[in-house]
Amino acid sequence: MVLQALFFYLFAALAVASAFMVIASRNPVHSVLFLILCFFNAAGLFVLIGAEYLAMLLVVVYVGAVMVLFLFVVMMLDVDFAEMRQGFLQYLPIGALIGAILLAELLMVASGWYIAPGMLGEGSAPTPPVEQTQNIAAIGELLYTRYIYWFQVSGLVLLVAMIGAIVLTLRHKPGVRRQNISEQVARRPETSIEVVKVERGKGL
Amino acid sequence: MEIGIAHYLGVAAILFTIGIFGIFLNRKNVIVILMSIELLLLAVNINLVAFSYFMQDMVGQIFALLVLTVAAAEAAIGLAILVVYFRNRGSIAVEDINMMKG
Repeated sequence: MVLQALFFYLFAALAVASAFMVIASRNPVHSVLFLILCFFNAAGLFVLIGAEYLAMLLVVVYVGAVMVLFLFVVMMLDVDFAEMRQGFLQYLPIGALIGAILLAELLMVASGWYIAPGMLGEGSAPTPPVEQTQNIAAIGELLYTRYIYWFQVSGLVLLVAMIGAIVLTLRHKPGVRRQNISEQVARRPETSIEVVKVERGKGL
Repeated sequence: MEIGIAHYLGVAAILFTIGIFGIFLNRKNVIVILMSIELLLLAVNINLVAFSYFMQDMVGQIFALLVLTVAAAEAAIGLAILVVYFRNRGSIAVEDINMMKG
């Protein structure tokens, strides 16, 4: 139990510190790398409360795909980031004020939370005991049966996002020769072969 | 030393506040604003998973999964819009996004 508390505080402190560095660091590449660290620590927190599948998903999907995408975009855009830092301190007071109010409210809500003992395991899908069913199996049994429509709709959301991203960023440059498959298929011998009458003794 | 739900909600609240703070602080840099939105969604996910564990209900994890999906889609679309915007205007400052005079 002590070990669990120790690791909780380790992961939580690292997550909060790296989240702060995300918004405070000067270089956006550093921001992305700190965000990756933050996600790793959040995955650690997930492991501590028995959500192993989500933890692995966070590492694979977020760190492996989304953050690398961020990294690509940050490196691709040729922006003067030093200039973007101007006005940084201008918004600091109002941001700090709103942040402090929000944090106080959220902490008040969080610290006063109490779950009645009778409510445990009385939800619509109680967690099966870990000895019987692993976390990933429990998620699968729920996701592919009762939440199959949600699952498919999320797949649709990803499809739309993929098509949208491709449509937005695809650029047709003029002057690039492209393959026209229908034209190639529709070729006939008459249109493509020309019989030339060559005079004797002369080349073409 | 007992780690309860309040600890997890506290961490999520702090992360959420940092995300909001980041949106306020980096008014010129859309990339950092997108990263702040990722932080907000991460905080929400921590809340969902914490409730899922402490209330012994699997639905929280299912919902966190769906939030993760939507967040990935949002990041992809947002970055694509950012790339197109940068190609057209040569800048990613939020204040320059005023073509539509909205």
